[in-house]
Amino acid sequence: MDITTTFSEAVLRLDPERETERICSRIRELMLTQMKRRGIVVGLSGGIDSSVTAALAVRALGKERVLGLEMPERHSAEESLQLSGMLAESIGIETVREEISGILDSVGFYRRYDNAVRMVFPEYADGWKSKITISDIMHGAELTSFYLVVQGPDAVLNRKRLPFKPYLEIVAATNFKQRIRKMLEYYHADRLHYAVAGTPNRLEYDQGFFVKLGDGAADLKPIAHLYKSQVYQLAAYLGVPEEIRKRQPTTDTYSLAQGQDEFYFSVPYQTMDLCLYAKNAGVPADTVAAALGLKQNQVELVFKDIDVKRNTTRYLHLPPLLVEEIDWQRAARQLDPKNGGMQL
Amino acid sequence: MSLQGDIRGFIVENFLFGEEAGLQDDSSFLEEGIVDSTGIMQLVSFLQEQYRIAIEDEELIPDNLDSIRKITSFIEEKQHSLVVGSAGTK
Repeated sequence: MDITTTFSEAVLRLDPERETERICSRIRELMLTQMKRRGIVVGLSGGIDSSVTAALAVRALGKERVLGLEMPERHSAEESLQLSGMLAESIGIETVREEISGILDSVGFYRRYDNAVRMVFPEYADGWKSKITISDIMHGAELTSFYLVVQGPDAVLNRKRLPFKPYLEIVAATNFKQRIRKMLEYYHADRLHYAVAGTPNRLEYDQGFFVKLGDGAADLKPIAHLYKSQVYQLAAYLGVPEEIRKRQPTTDTYSLAQGQDEFYFSVPYQTMDLCLYAKNAGVPADTVAAALGLKQNQVELVFKDIDVKRNTTRYLHLPPLLVEEIDWQRAARQLDPKNGGMQL
Repeated sequence: MSLQGDIRGFIVENFLFGEEAGLQDDSSFLEEGIVDSTGIMQLVSFLQEQYRIAIEDEELIPDNLDSIRKITSFIEEKQHSLVVGSAGTK
């Protein structure tokens, strides 16, 4: 079948039962042959990705071998804990709550963040809220830029384009959140002799929407090959509570509510999924545009943005780089079947 | 130094570790991987501070910023419009 002529939303439909079995069997295999740990820690955000990852871990290993970690801080959305609690109850796992505001305070996160915001909005004060948004490529912004949005006591939103320095300061400070959470996930994994599961879906993994050594760090990433709409299909099959499946994807990182398509992806995830699939499968932009009700040039801009993000975030995927390979690495590479060698 | 030379100097110093081999005035920053999207933000901040101009959102396009020659023309136009604008103001 020629995908360039049959392209539609249907290309992302999967058999959830079969896919669940495939993922669970792979998790068991990796735990037994590679990681040799006796369970899995999952950080629960109340979002769809961590919920599906935890549910898969339970299917793969049993609920006694999965620990859910809730790690709110003072900017977290109120419903996050309620939803993560609902998920944990529905799959029957133990949870531990680690409130991270104190740690964030100790490393100076709130002070550093507020100072960076004041470089752009000097009037920013206690009780104000803020977030970062991205330029809208669907409306002609061909080069990426970021905006800082603040809201004071009068509830009015103010927006300014972020200059380079405060942008870096804000991102660097905010990354403390993901890194502190990961540090706690590894603390609990180490004390239980468990592995840590990362929760990125394919959009996040491919497009580098994660913090290096933060949410990007993990021992396994069971849903990194799944498009976000496929994660929702698994969620329905796995019985993830409806409230979680209906929640709008959010970063839950800034004090003002922020959708993922405001901060990182240029279009809603359903469109982004199909554009990424189409680009990977070589479906022409005009075919995608016709199927999605977009203009051809809009799809071309999304295709281009996919490449830009891949280039900009390639560094996030890189392991620490060496000047030269050491002996066991060279031997492993030569034995790798991908390189024409024999399997280890 | 000329405007074009200043811009070349900034690109070479900040994105090429001082090695300008192969960098043409028409080399596309994005297509040739010389400057990524974060680098473009750095470039825009530099241009605004160095040449005391305000770059509007709608001016953030490859036609204005994706090579040394394009940046030079863009800055020259901006400076020209500033001069013309202030000459017409009493």
